[in-house]
Amino acid sequence: MSILRFWAATVRLYKNMITTHAEQTQSDVRRETSITVNGSLRTLRVEPRTTLLDALRDELALTGPKKSCDRGECGACTVHIEGRRILSCMTLAAMHDGQRITTIEGLESNDSLHPLQEMFIEHDGFQCGFCTSGQIMSAVAMIEEAKAGWPSAATTDVTKPFTMNDLSKAEIRERMSGNLCRCPCYPNIVAAVAQVAGRR
Amino acid sequence: MHAFTLSRPTDISAAIVAHAQNAQLAFIAGGTDLIGLMKDRVTLPDHLLDINRLPDMAQIEALSDGGLRIGALARMSDVAANPDVRSRFPVIAESLLFAASGQLRNMATIGGNIMQRTRCAYFRDEDDLPCNKRRPGSGCSARYGLNRNHAIFGWSDECVATHPSDLAVALSALDANVLVRGPGGQRSIPFTEFHLLPGNTAERDNVLKRGDLILAIEVPARSEGRASHYFKLRDRQSYEFALVSAAVAVAADRRRIGVVRIAMGGVAHKPWRLTATESALRGAPLDDTGALKAAIAASFAEAHPLAHNAFKIELAQRVVLRALETAGARI
Repeated sequence: MSILRFWAATVRLYKNMITTHAEQTQSDVRRETSITVNGSLRTLRVEPRTTLLDALRDELALTGPKKSCDRGECGACTVHIEGRRILSCMTLAAMHDGQRITTIEGLESNDSLHPLQEMFIEHDGFQCGFCTSGQIMSAVAMIEEAKAGWPSAATTDVTKPFTMNDLSKAEIRERMSGNLCRCPCYPNIVAAVAQVAGRR
Repeated sequence: MHAFTLSRPTDISAAIVAHAQNAQLAFIAGGTDLIGLMKDRVTLPDHLLDINRLPDMAQIEALSDGGLRIGALARMSDVAANPDVRSRFPVIAESLLFAASGQLRNMATIGGNIMQRTRCAYFRDEDDLPCNKRRPGSGCSARYGLNRNHAIFGWSDECVATHPSDLAVALSALDANVLVRGPGGQRSIPFTEFHLLPGNTAERDNVLKRGDLILAIEVPARSEGRASHYFKLRDRQSYEFALVSAAVAVAADRRRIGVVRIAMGGVAHKPWRLTATESALRGAPLDDTGALKAAIAASFAEAHPLAHNAFKIELAQRVVLRALETAGARI
C-alpha cells in the first residue's frame, strides 16, 4: 500500500513538473508594472503570476522580505503598501501598478536605524533573524493602526474608542500574532514593540 | 504557480460579461484565499480579472435607518475599525478581528471573505487526494479519515467540510443580504440562503452563478444588534480558524429575552442558524443559566458527529451559552 502510494505520488510529481514546464513555455504575457519602492520609481516587466514578494526579491534584489511559508501563514514577507502592512507572498506584483511600497530596506533614514530596529537590538528581539524583517515591518504599521484607534481581538470592548493607553502587552501579542518566530523570541519582541509604542 | 493572464478593468458591466462568457476566468480581489488555492493547484484559472479598480465598491455606509451597507471591496480591517460598525453591530467587528492576522485583514475583502473555500486539509492537499469538492465524484477522504475539524450538522456522505468564514456567521445571525449583480441585473440574496449544504453537489459552496459579482453586503437595522457578540474557540489563541464559534444578538425586556439571533461556525458547510434554540429562548429569563442551557440543547437533537468530533456537541453548546451571556451583558 505504502509503495503504491509512493509510486503514485512520484508519478504525480513528474506529471506536475511536465505541466508546469509546458505552462511556462506556453506564453510570455509579461506586464509592465511601475511601483515606487522605498521612494524610487521602479518599472518591472513581470508575469501576472509573479507575486509581489518574488518581484521584490528576484527583480529588485530586495531580499529583506523573506520567503518562508509562501502561503500567508508566517508573516516573514511583510511589507507596507501605501503604509499598510500586507503579506507580499499572497498578492501579485502586477496588481500594484502605481502604488507605493516600503520594505525593511527603506525603513532607516539618513543612515540611522528606525527606532524599532534599535529596540530589536536592545531587547535581543531575534536569534536566527529570518522572521525579523517581517516582525519589524509588521510592528511599525501595527503601532500606526493602534494610534488610529483600531481595536483588536484582545480589546475588551470594541464599542468603546481605543486609545494608546489601551495598548497592553496582551494587545501587542494579539496584534503581532501574524508573525511567527521559531527561535522563539516573542517576549523580547513584545518588549521592543512596547518600548517604541511608549508602553513600557 | 501555473501561468495565467490578468486584466484590470474599471467597468463593472465589462467584468460581469467577461466572467459570464469564460468559465476559466476567476475574479480576484484581496487574493488571500485564491492565491493559496492556485499555489496548491486546487484551482487553475486561465485568466484572473482583478476587480480592485471597479468603482464605488469599497465604501462602508452607515444608513440613516440604522442599517449598514458594506461594499464588497471594503477591507476586513477597515470594516472592523469603523465606529458605526462597532457601535451598531459589535458582532461584525469582532468576527472580523478574530479572523486571520493584521496583515491579512488589510488585504482581504468582505466579498472575498464570504467566498472563502473550506480549510478541509484533504481539499487543499497538494497530493490531490479524493475530494468531491475539488474533483466531483472522486470521493470524500474526510468522511472516514481525520475529521476532528469537520461538520456535526447538515453534512452528507459526499462532503463533511465546514465553512471557514467568521464574518459569515455574524451576517447569518443578523439576516443580512448579499447584493449581487449578474448578466440579468441586480438581486439581493438573503444571507441564510447564500451558502449551500453539500448534498451531492459538494463542489458548489453557494448559489452564485457565472457572471455574478458581489457588490455589497446589506445589514438591515436591528435594535438587538447593539447587544451582540462573536465568541470563537480555536486550537491556538490567535491567527487560527474556528474549532467552534457563535454569533449572538439579543434583545430583552426586564431581563426576559425578546428577539434573539444565533448562528454557529465550525459546525457545518454553511453558517448554522440555531432556529429551534431561538424559539425556545423567547421569554426565557436571561439570567437563568439552566433555562438557557435547556433552550440551547433544543438545537442539538439534530447533531450527528463524525468519528473524531463528538466533543464538538458539548463544546458548541458551551460556546453558545458564553456568547449569549456576553451579548446579554451589553443590553
